[in-house]
Amino acid sequence: MQRLATAFAIAMVLAFGAQAASAQTLKAVQDRGQLVCGGNGTLAGFGMPDPQGNWVGFDVDFCRAIAAAIFNDTKKVKFVPLTTANRFTALQSGEIDLLARNTTWTMSRDTTLGLDFAGVTYYDGQGFMVRKSLNVKSALELSDAAVCVQQGTTTELNLADYFRANRMSLKTVTFATANEAVRAYDTGRCDAYTTDASGLYGERLRLADPSAHIVLPEIISKEPLAPVVRQGDDTWEDLVRWTHEAMLNAEELGITQQNVDDMLKSNSPDVRRLLGAEGQFGQSIGLTNDWAYRIIKAVGNYGESFERNVGQGSPLKIARGLNALWTKGGLQYGLPVR
Amino acid sequence: MSKMLQLPLRSRQQWASIALQAALVVVIGGLAYGAFINAADNLAKAHIASGFRFWDNTAGFDISQTLIGYSPSTSTFGRAFWVGLLNTLLVASLGIVLATALGFTIGIARLSRNWLVARLAGGYVELIRNVPLLLQILFWYNAVLKSLPDLHSSISISGGAFLNNRGLFLPRPEFADKFDYVAAALVFGIVATLAVRIWARRRQERTGQPPRTLSFAFGLIVVLPLLVFFAAGAPLSFSFPEVGRFNIRGGTEILPEFAALLVALTIYTAAFIAEVVRAGILAVSQGQTEAAQALGLRSGSTLRLVVVPQAMRVIVPPLTSQYLNLIKNSSLAVAIGYPDLVQVFAGSVLNITGQAVEVIAITMAVYLFLSLVTSLLMNLYGRTVGIVER
Repeated sequence: MQRLATAFAIAMVLAFGAQAASAQTLKAVQDRGQLVCGGNGTLAGFGMPDPQGNWVGFDVDFCRAIAAAIFNDTKKVKFVPLTTANRFTALQSGEIDLLARNTTWTMSRDTTLGLDFAGVTYYDGQGFMVRKSLNVKSALELSDAAVCVQQGTTTELNLADYFRANRMSLKTVTFATANEAVRAYDTGRCDAYTTDASGLYGERLRLADPSAHIVLPEIISKEPLAPVVRQGDDTWEDLVRWTHEAMLNAEELGITQQNVDDMLKSNSPDVRRLLGAEGQFGQSIGLTNDWAYRIIKAVGNYGESFERNVGQGSPLKIARGLNALWTKGGLQYGLPVR
Repeated sequence: MSKMLQLPLRSRQQWASIALQAALVVVIGGLAYGAFINAADNLAKAHIASGFRFWDNTAGFDISQTLIGYSPSTSTFGRAFWVGLLNTLLVASLGIVLATALGFTIGIARLSRNWLVARLAGGYVELIRNVPLLLQILFWYNAVLKSLPDLHSSISISGGAFLNNRGLFLPRPEFADKFDYVAAALVFGIVATLAVRIWARRRQERTGQPPRTLSFAFGLIVVLPLLVFFAAGAPLSFSFPEVGRFNIRGGTEILPEFAALLVALTIYTAAFIAEVVRAGILAVSQGQTEAAQALGLRSGSTLRLVVVPQAMRVIVPPLTSQYLNLIKNSSLAVAIGYPDLVQVFAGSVLNITGQAVEVIAITMAVYLFLSLVTSLLMNLYGRTVGIVER
């Protein structure tokens, strides 16, 4: 129902509203004094309110980093919990400034939704979770299995593709939200639950008995998760993209939340450019030159945010894997700030 | 009112009113046209794809219950739309039939002279209609799922059926070619029974002899097809469900999502229909019952022949509203993963194509169409039970 309401709302906005000039996101955010960020709301490790009601997670940190870059205050973010069904509509209609909600970057989404993806913050892939008692060792043994999945996701499509490609028969049970899908899986409605591997680790924590379930080794798809902005506001897209790049560069250069103040005195030109001691990089994206300093001071570098939210410092214990720096065998590669 | 008085009125006030209405139509039409143009313009400006070209693209996602052939690899979004629509129609039509039967029973029971029956019916109505439907759907879904055993401890029902938390699995009948004769015999039996009934009714009107067509009906509808069935060499076999490693293979499957939604819609709507029926019956003057009893009719016949026919004309209009509610409420299927129109089309299709405006417009148009057709049919029926002015 919420989905219908949102979709109806955007239809109404599109039909009767005059589309706000889209090239003004940064100014709108500054005037409002607050960044409005679309988040997940139920996914541990990525975006979920903690018991005190403060949003925490990997995607949440990204929004906070942008708030730090703009306002020097990570509290100036309002998080809007979105479902897979209403996330793009919320962004298209201008309800949010930025979508950071474990969203896969695909060609059709990039080209037909009027949206742009600004850099891959997390390289993910789709996996399966099953009960240990089934004694399944591989996803290829899942022929005939009932699989719970959330609708409107790339997952839903990959699932059908994978079973078809491997000539296995499939019984999909599709739910509108991850909550419902996980609950149905936990009740025994399905043999397997499938979503992005990162999500599997997060959702497993919510099951009645997490230790009774395992994540199968197969990764059946590429899921580059990226923050999303409206198409046509290049300044804003630059700001979002370079926030991610700044966090990566900080990790590459060994700048952390702790040592960032000392690093200001560094002689390394790369460090000095990143932290704003040299050059006009902040001004070129509409901010002050110490933008990256503020990001690192507030949320740390990419690796710190990763470990704190989904890595060894979190209950999820996800290995860096593809998300290690390129120098350490991963895919994360900070574009040069110069 | 005489025509002499109407003429001068028409020349002034009525012309003014016609002009006003015409202006209103023009304004509303203009607004709708403006909205359409504006939406197209806004979509183009925001670089959002629009139009209906997605209809013929491959859907790529799986659907758990399909009444018509559907394959994720080859079927289109358009096909997915029809699958969703048929699932909506299935649950709505079954829901209407069951809710009507249950609602009439409860409504009549609430007026029963039996204290316990009346109180039970009253309690049912008050309990059910005061709890939100969504909660009831979730209740039935979770109650169904949680209380049923898993696959390997499936309840085996005699006749080869299985019940577990994946659904109810029934043997699927498979008809051989010769089964057509049996079907033909059945159709013939039904038509012949109707003819006999009409004849018996006429005879009753002519001679007063009550119609006794039950044995005819039994012979024509049950015995005759059975005889043909065996004469043709029993052209029917069953595909029995078997427990596999993960799931049950073969047979016909009734999904727990479907069962939970149907049960919830039936029980919820029946509570409202019961009140509609009670109101209708109470609207028939007590004198009618007394008169019927004075004529010597028993209480069952009084209800069936005198009270209910008169109550129907009060019942039908609000009953129509309940049917419309049931059809629209079936969209709550989305909460438990039953693949109805909203779940499949305004859910998966909308998300994958991203074409919210088109998909939502089509979905709303479908519900509007279903509601209007239902209203039309009920109005036609209402005319047949209405008071015939003589």
